[in-house]
Amino acid sequence: MKLTINGEPKEIANPTLTVTELLKQEGVSMPDMVTVQLNDEFLRPHQYPDVTVSDGDTINFLYFMGGGQ
Amino acid sequence: MLKIPENIYGELVARAREGAPLEICGYLAGGADGEVKTHYPLTNTDASAEHFSFDPKEQFAAFKDATARGQRLIVCYHSHPATPARPSAEDIKLAYDPNISYVIISLSAAEPVVKSFKIKAGTVTNEEIEIT
Repeated sequence: MKLTINGEPKEIANPTLTVTELLKQEGVSMPDMVTVQLNDEFLRPHQYPDVTVSDGDTINFLYFMGGGQ
Repeated sequence: MLKIPENIYGELVARAREGAPLEICGYLAGGADGEVKTHYPLTNTDASAEHFSFDPKEQFAAFKDATARGQRLIVCYHSHPATPARPSAEDIKLAYDPNISYVIISLSAAEPVVKSFKIKAGTVTNEEIEIT
């Protein structure tokens, strides 16, 4: 299926893929530490293992940014 | 190497001074070659002198604007109003993005100090900054 991931068009061989699996495939080692938008809708981390992506979807993920002095 | 235009460098220092004693934060976008082109000041949702967190909605707005410009988010910056320009233990612990540059603007000395770091799996590496 064809997805747009963080602005880049990508061809994914696996026809069924959860958001958790996709994040792992994209090299995200700690999925809970990214915020995900699927087709411009925010997902909550507890949804990542259950929500599957579909052909034509746009998925963007950004890492949590925080810290302190 | 990170290349920051003089005007954006000035914006970072000015924003850190205006925000003190609270920490300020934001993204810088640009090319994969490390050349910064766009500054995205973001809200520190912690509104704290010792901590910062980005607002996810603002993060995505910056991401989408940068993408539309053909750029990518290459720097996460924040200020240290009262401590040196080096990642704290909390900065290192919460540095989940292995690709982004982490820039710190310190106001602890007489003159502002701005430094950049890559942080991967808890290992901190200094990154040179060129003011262009």
